[in-house]
Amino acid sequence: MDTKKEFMKIGDKTFKSRLIVGTGKYKSFDETRQAIEISGAEMVTVAVRRIELDKNKDSILNHLDPKRYTFLPNTAGCYSVKDAVMTCELAREAGLGNIVKVEVIGDEKTLFPDNEATLEASKLLVRDGFHVLPYCTDDVVLCKKLEAIGCTAVMPLAAPIGSGLGIRNPYNIKLILEAVKIPVIIDAGVGTASDASRAMELGVSGILMNTAIAGAKDPLKMAQAMKMAVECGRMAYEAGRIPKKLYASASSPLDGMVDL
Amino acid sequence: MKLIINGEDREILKSQNLEDLARELDIQAPHFAMALNKQVIPKSRHATTQIQENDQVEIVHAVGGGV
Repeated sequence: MDTKKEFMKIGDKTFKSRLIVGTGKYKSFDETRQAIEISGAEMVTVAVRRIELDKNKDSILNHLDPKRYTFLPNTAGCYSVKDAVMTCELAREAGLGNIVKVEVIGDEKTLFPDNEATLEASKLLVRDGFHVLPYCTDDVVLCKKLEAIGCTAVMPLAAPIGSGLGIRNPYNIKLILEAVKIPVIIDAGVGTASDASRAMELGVSGILMNTAIAGAKDPLKMAQAMKMAVECGRMAYEAGRIPKKLYASASSPLDGMVDL
Repeated sequence: MKLIINGEDREILKSQNLEDLARELDIQAPHFAMALNKQVIPKSRHATTQIQENDQVEIVHAVGGGV
């Protein structure tokens, strides 16, 4: 058995875990920290927001060791190129690093990305020295364009953010994998462990999820399930599945049958 | 001096620059960033960036979030 483990490479960093997790929607900072620890993720995404001036001074970053985790600031909630670019600049100034998840939302109800604006924001940010990971629809042409302008990875959605619907179009994800050389990371839409395995079996480099873990009845147990699912899916991809066939193919020899 | 900080009108007593302002507001976040009148100001320039009446200041930090 080939026991060599391939790592996920994003920009100049290498990650043993192919699971990237969000830090939102947990009941407490303590639950966030525990779930992330159990998930085995080494990259965590955070949002950038105004400090509430007269409120509790605690911060999520007091609970996550920066030596252990690579932060992936995101531009969640941005609806314009300007807002997304400025949010990334603020994140970099705040010391959150220069690998950014660019989201420019185009529709409130579905939270689908505005692909044109995402491309434009990504272009400006690449020029400004960021490693850009754009959240995008599962569109081959768009992903090729994002690669051409210098994005570090592409992050097509599996299904709408927080929907838990799983991969709606595995064929498109396959085609994106064939079309680009940069890492493809599934971002959003995973609901349960089998969704994560299925995504990894397609050959994507990694998966980013938040709600599937934070929203589970037992988030810590789901964090463990997702860790295993991502590992299993990747291992199956590397092992190479058998082709699908319409008819049966016996797995016991036909020679030496008892003559009754 | 009146400033608009994170969208709220605030009366500032003694700060003359962004570094003083962060201290006066008791910002304790381990990582935060500031923008003045919609321009991101690098930390190295907080001490030398003067603030004036009616300036718009944004002070942000990392919060829990996903996609």
